[in-house]
Amino acid sequence: MNHLLVVLVVFSPLVGFLINGILGKKLPEKLSGALGTFAVMISFISSVLLWNHVRIHGGFETVLFNWLAIDTLVLDFGFRVDALSIWMMLIISGIGTLIHLYSIGYMHGDKGFSRFFAYLNLFVFSMFLLVMGNNLVVLFFGWEGVGLCSYLLIGFWYHNVAYGHAARKAFIMNRIGDLGLLLGIFLIFKVFGTLHLATIAELASANLVQPQIINWITFLLFIGAMGKSAQIPLYTWLPDAMAGPTPVSALIHAATMVTAGIYLVVRNANLYQIATLTTQVILIIGLATSILAALIGLYQNDIKKVLAYSTVSQLGLMFVALGVGAYSTAMFHLTTHAFFKALLFLGAGSVIHAMGGEQNISFMGGLKNKIKTTHITFLIGTLAIIGFPLFSGFFSKDEILEKVFEYSPIVWGFTLFSAALTAIYMLRLYFVVFLGNFRGSETQKANLHESPITMTLPLMILALLSFIGGALNLPHFLPENMSQFLSHWIAAIPSMQFLAPTSHAHHLSQPMIFGLMGLAIALVLVLLFLVYRFYASRQFNILPNQSKFSKLGENKFFVDEIYNHLFVKQIEARSEFLYQVFEKKAVKPFIMFFAQIFGKLGKVFQKVQDGNVENYLLYFVLGIISFILLILL
Amino acid sequence: MDLIGYENYFWLSTALFSIGILGILIRRNMIILLMCIEIMLNAANLMFIAFSYKWGNMDGHIFVFFSMLVAAAEAAVGLALMVLIYRKFKTVDISYLDKLKF
Repeated sequence: MNHLLVVLVVFSPLVGFLINGILGKKLPEKLSGALGTFAVMISFISSVLLWNHVRIHGGFETVLFNWLAIDTLVLDFGFRVDALSIWMMLIISGIGTLIHLYSIGYMHGDKGFSRFFAYLNLFVFSMFLLVMGNNLVVLFFGWEGVGLCSYLLIGFWYHNVAYGHAARKAFIMNRIGDLGLLLGIFLIFKVFGTLHLATIAELASANLVQPQIINWITFLLFIGAMGKSAQIPLYTWLPDAMAGPTPVSALIHAATMVTAGIYLVVRNANLYQIATLTTQVILIIGLATSILAALIGLYQNDIKKVLAYSTVSQLGLMFVALGVGAYSTAMFHLTTHAFFKALLFLGAGSVIHAMGGEQNISFMGGLKNKIKTTHITFLIGTLAIIGFPLFSGFFSKDEILEKVFEYSPIVWGFTLFSAALTAIYMLRLYFVVFLGNFRGSETQKANLHESPITMTLPLMILALLSFIGGALNLPHFLPENMSQFLSHWIAAIPSMQFLAPTSHAHHLSQPMIFGLMGLAIALVLVLLFLVYRFYASRQFNILPNQSKFSKLGENKFFVDEIYNHLFVKQIEARSEFLYQVFEKKAVKPFIMFFAQIFGKLGKVFQKVQDGNVENYLLYFVLGIISFILLILL
Repeated sequence: MDLIGYENYFWLSTALFSIGILGILIRRNMIILLMCIEIMLNAANLMFIAFSYKWGNMDGHIFVFFSMLVAAAEAAVGLALMVLIYRKFKTVDISYLDKLKF
């Protein structure tokens, strides 16, 4: 029964992909969309049933078939369903279903409608392989699969050359990370002699391997996570990935795929637990990414770009949590972020839809009364992400802040700074888009309309989740039976028991915790007031900012240009050198020497072939005779 | 076969083969040329059978079957080619075919 459910979860999106991919052009749009949505919904229902099983009986593994066995390397195409993977499965399939539903409305009338659903289904399938694989090779298979789908969907409107380039950029940046992951997997196999995740966790806990090597392994795996989860220095692909259709940005580049890096670290928590050096690197990189991306987000005028940088920044916060060893906290923020960022992206999609494709917020404004459902849901998403009290983001961000304060008050200061920046750029986005006067063209104004029900329904469901999502892991000072649900849930995995929250583990005193929480709340409220006053004074419009720093921010701190100069230009220069000197002066003359010899020989023998059949016959006979003579003599 | 002695078959076969070669070298009509090729093939077949008898095994017989099969196919293709050549050049004289060059 469980085996069947696992197969259903993983393979129903694959079947959806095959049907839509092969027959897509012949299917009517409605059927194509319904099929894609239904395939993911089956996965969701099966995941819920599996969740119930895991809740009662704990995790299990199931092997589909033996993949390959070479010497000591024995690989099964097997799945692991435990507290961690079922959590990810529910997020993927649940949000996936909503976004598929939304896409039916959003992609309506697009020429590649069925192709879009085929790719989305393939993505969901790959993502399941990633989080469910019981060994690193199945995980890697899914990892590459989601990378491929990301590439295909960013470049979905491939007629636009810039979109194609954005897709390639994402693919290449991810490739750099993938190399790190691959090397990490090789090193794990060399050290542990197995690729089975549970066995690795067991062996790691036994403390048999030098910490030095564990540091290397975890660092290499983290390079993979850097690529997929868009951390410095490999983050630049994610903002460009917004070239894809908005549902893609919501599903792949906000809620699920980019969290694969977090999942990878949490999955190998037993390794990272020992690797003190790597966790410090993670902490620093996460913090730097979080602040840098938030700073850039402050100055962007494209609604999707703001959200993209916000995603990078929030992912940075998750890595900060991982860096201080708060794995379940990172998972908690991952979950709430999946809710509210999917909501914000879908809301942005709805705004873009209403504006007839306009993405620049300086042409929006005053949409509050025009598109009511979108406005209210977007507001809930904004309040959730800035950590307004009682919204989901408040609880998850507060838990990160608390864990970070336990680690070091200085790091806490930086994290709080990043959280404050988040509040500023998100409030700016909300005010400029929804308040004030409409600044678009007359035709846009006449055509403003609320999106169809297939688009607003997912918005409403996600808004509800963004509001109550915090209940998944309420603070620990509340009564035991209602708090810290997620932490207990993940600690149920045998190898992760060290994550179990205990009442004695907290170094901070009760008043201290309340003080920190109060400070965070006060910060949000003060910022809300200040940002409102700032934008109210300029009629909720963006005025061109002349300061040097804002120019830097608008140009994304020239990171792309720096990379271009450091890597692309350098490689091009070396290639040019090799072409001019090595290729032209050394290789070509050498090859041409032989080519000319054979060319000249050919000229000689060409005369034999004069085109006259009679002569050919003569040669033929002469050949036979000489053959006979050869045998006789 | 004993009555005649297989040496005679060898001579006959050799004679047929030589006639075929000579025909190919001196004649210009393509139909004749095809016939000469058939004669040479059959000379070889005859040799196979004769040797097969001499050594007392069936290998030669089997070869002959294959060779006949190939000869039939080759004749069909050759004749078809010839029909097409005739349609194009209005002749079957091989000396007019001097365009077979890349």
